[in-house]
Amino acid sequence: MGLGKGRLKAVRFISHMDLGKSFIVHMPKARCFHKAYGKDNVTFTIFKGETIGMSNARQEKIRNFCIIAHIDHGKSTLADRILEITGMLTEREMEKQVLDDMDLERERGITIKSKAVRLSYRDEEGEEYILNLIDTPGHVDFAYEVSRSLAACEGAILVVDASQGIEAQTLANVYLALEHDLEIVPVINKIDLPSARPDWVKKEIEDVIGLDAGDAPMISAKNGIGIEGVVEKIVSSIPAPIGEDDAPLKALIFDSFYDNYRGVIAYIRIKEGKLKVGDKIRMMATGKEFEVTEVGIFRPSPTSVPELMAGEVGYVAASIKNVRDTRVGDTITHSDNPAAEPLPGYRRVNPMVYSGVYPADGARYEELREALHKLQINDASLSFEPETSMALGFGFRCGYLGLLHMDIIQERLEREYDLDLVTTAPSVIYKVIMNDGTKQDISNPTSLPDPADIEHMEEPVVNAQIMAPTEYVGAIMELCQERRGIYKDMEYMEETRVLITYELPLNEIIYDFFDALKSRTRGYASFDYELIGYQQAELVKLDILLNGEPVDALSLIVHNEKAYTRGRGIAEKLKELIPRQMFEIPIQAAIGNKIIARETIKALRKDVLAKCYGGDISRKRKLLEKQKEGKKRMRQVGSVEVPQEAFMSVLKFD
Amino acid sequence: MQADTIGLYVHFPFCLRKCLYCDFPSYAHKDYLMGEYLTALKVEIDNIKDKIGHRQINTVFLGGGTPTLFHEKELVWLLDYIKQGSTIRHGAEITIEANPETLSPDMLEALKQGGFNRLSIGMQACQDEQLKALGRTHSIGDVERGVNWAKKAGFHNINLDLMFGLPNQTTDHWMESLVRAVGMGVEHISTYALIVEEGTPFFELASRGGLNTPSEDVEREMYHRGAKYLTSLGYNHYEISNFAKSGKECKHNLIYWHNNEYIGVGSGAHSFLHGRRRWNYADIHQYIDEVRKNGDGTEQWEVISPSDQRFETIMMGLRLNSGVSKKVFKKRFGHDLGYYYGSIIETLKIEGLLIETDSNIHLTARGMDLQNSVLLHFME
Repeated sequence: MGLGKGRLKAVRFISHMDLGKSFIVHMPKARCFHKAYGKDNVTFTIFKGETIGMSNARQEKIRNFCIIAHIDHGKSTLADRILEITGMLTEREMEKQVLDDMDLERERGITIKSKAVRLSYRDEEGEEYILNLIDTPGHVDFAYEVSRSLAACEGAILVVDASQGIEAQTLANVYLALEHDLEIVPVINKIDLPSARPDWVKKEIEDVIGLDAGDAPMISAKNGIGIEGVVEKIVSSIPAPIGEDDAPLKALIFDSFYDNYRGVIAYIRIKEGKLKVGDKIRMMATGKEFEVTEVGIFRPSPTSVPELMAGEVGYVAASIKNVRDTRVGDTITHSDNPAAEPLPGYRRVNPMVYSGVYPADGARYEELREALHKLQINDASLSFEPETSMALGFGFRCGYLGLLHMDIIQERLEREYDLDLVTTAPSVIYKVIMNDGTKQDISNPTSLPDPADIEHMEEPVVNAQIMAPTEYVGAIMELCQERRGIYKDMEYMEETRVLITYELPLNEIIYDFFDALKSRTRGYASFDYELIGYQQAELVKLDILLNGEPVDALSLIVHNEKAYTRGRGIAEKLKELIPRQMFEIPIQAAIGNKIIARETIKALRKDVLAKCYGGDISRKRKLLEKQKEGKKRMRQVGSVEVPQEAFMSVLKFD
Repeated sequence: MQADTIGLYVHFPFCLRKCLYCDFPSYAHKDYLMGEYLTALKVEIDNIKDKIGHRQINTVFLGGGTPTLFHEKELVWLLDYIKQGSTIRHGAEITIEANPETLSPDMLEALKQGGFNRLSIGMQACQDEQLKALGRTHSIGDVERGVNWAKKAGFHNINLDLMFGLPNQTTDHWMESLVRAVGMGVEHISTYALIVEEGTPFFELASRGGLNTPSEDVEREMYHRGAKYLTSLGYNHYEISNFAKSGKECKHNLIYWHNNEYIGVGSGAHSFLHGRRRWNYADIHQYIDEVRKNGDGTEQWEVISPSDQRFETIMMGLRLNSGVSKKVFKKRFGHDLGYYYGSIIETLKIEGLLIETDSNIHLTARGMDLQNSVLLHFME
């Protein structure tokens, strides 16, 4: 893209969507934005007929972009290839999935933390460009983080698998990107697979998203085919950033992490102004002030630079002790010359899902606290507070953005801090409206007030989008119906694929919904959801009694109509999970005083070795020692020994 | 603790055929090693004296495998060789294990004359089709003939090993086997529940669902009905799996159950001496090589800590209906049982699993069935 080429391009656009309310509305094609290329190295960006900014000569050589893709569609591989082609890494340094450097990220093929890397690229005409690749999480749990990363970019590469086509999650992120006025560059990946149907996928992109995919690069990220074309496309199609270098500073924080030596390192995109070492800065949402100790860019390791200017992506360090002070979405400005108002879009993220987390070994409670603390330093969206359970002792009630987040936190605790955990079934936050008109938020079933004092209860509801081949429509609807879903919409993406929209109570999907969906659609369905609000519901507390004693850690809040099935299911499941013991153990499910299900674990009849002579003694002792170790992993609940996984797996049904 | 007597175990790792349930260190088709093996045993026996010093041998047990695959002259020679090097106490119990099909009147005569006074025969069951299904190479007729010959040769202390919980076995089959065993007028009967061990053909079958063993409930019924039957006939149920006429309890095995000292020679044999447990290579070749190099076949040994010794004393002692003697325990460990296990004993008494008398602690019938669970309480 040079001067005087005079291209004018229209991009189909969607109306602004309030993420919190209606998730996906179909796109009107009315609004357009234009880029006009003028004289003297200046690009005008015209939006709704108004010039909203222009890029100066320096900015004209910058492209800030991210990559949107469904899991397994090749996002990380493409990122690796782009890094490679721009000479960022020699082949020797190439380690698969450079940007996903957390073990967990590599293993699961997901991105959890956002990252940014600055690349250099010289196009065919010898023009040198700076490309800032911002890697974002793709999962719905991190939708807010994704939205902030997108806000740091001017464009996005949309990677679509040539045989799979568009998935629900991709679609959600594409809409998010369009909402942030990003220029979207579709790329068809895995074209070398025998099952590739690139023309079909192109048509799908045009039909479903309304993007022109006619000249979309056809690539194989895995085999390095067509990567050059992608980079060319980034330079030619994605607008250069805008923003005045001399305006008061506005830097968007899109992620941060804690470094032992430098304190918190915040990923930033300078929207207006400049930032350098020694500057006094203020976080506009929290009002906290700091002095900048370092600014830099990622190549991909942090490399300090003298100054960051409008349009650039990089990092800032300012001896900040906790990531809570660098909230994602906050605006950094100068203390002495502050911007009049912060960048739009900041909000505090609140946990959606809660669960009890207990150390398997009660003596390690303090270690667990310490570990949670350390994780929180790096993850402002994790919340925790102490709680106690009769069955599990001392632990914490942790709040997460969603299920994946919960899974990740629990796995990191076990892996990075070597803790054995007992976790209780996840719960959502219920709103309890008391007879006296007061309201309470309940995230732990055991703290539910006496039903007699409750006027009514409300539960969170999500708008769920499921995309699948048409043959599974019946199975999906049946599943959603079982989960108290309210049918909203069904839309044919093309002849063979539908997008089904349901309103579902969050507590019906928080544990095994996705697993159930996958198993009923043989893995072909993709799923995305967004909280839309609270609705009144007939909810009851279901208690589980072992040997006549209620086990607090097994209580859960369920819909009245589901209580019987759930109770019976849990009792059956526990019968499977709890080994036979020296006495008979009745398992009961109850609502208040009413027993709604009962199972019995028969007493153990035989646990003895028939033969034990001289050669068996050591072996027998070691066998018993092992058995004893196994017992330690059990929880003593009254007189009953309960395996730890029982506390979690009571919700697995399908 | 050092009692002044000790038990000696001699292992014979040869069999005509490996039984389908057997995970013992014994092998078929290794007959060509029998000569070298005997030589290796001789070397180990030479070194016993160094290990046990002046102590007398109170029991000798030739086990296997099938010791009677060796010629009676070799077996008698071996016993004589042991006597040359160490003192076998007068009236010692000298047992040899045998498979029925290897017995003959001449052999039994020679063994009795040579000093063996106890015979332990693997009968397992009385239904020939059942024996075949176990991979045994004898019939019930072989057992009855063998017992008769043994009696004629002067054996008045004969044991029969039987198994229950076998594939396709019913409680009636089991009781029938016991009746036949009792009918032979033997002094001692062992009744073992089948354990399907990893690495055996039975395990393979079971993992493919091809082993139709009785349910736990039926298996327990067999055990309890069998025990009731045998005790009604005057057999004392003195250990979980063992029944004997008065005074005919197996002294050698009691050494294990009392957690006293024993020395083992031969491949795979274990010794417990001076607070250490030592074991020989189970592989015959490795064993022979090791003996040639070092004079014994030790593969490894471990020190049994005082607390482990306490536990093992409980673990083994509670297999006996006489349980653990308070006096013997205090003498050995310096403190009363209650000092170490007082609250555990109380809990188990309340749960009806254990009985405490003035002289001992022992398990109830239910405690016996759940012995492992009981023992976990005693673990530190």
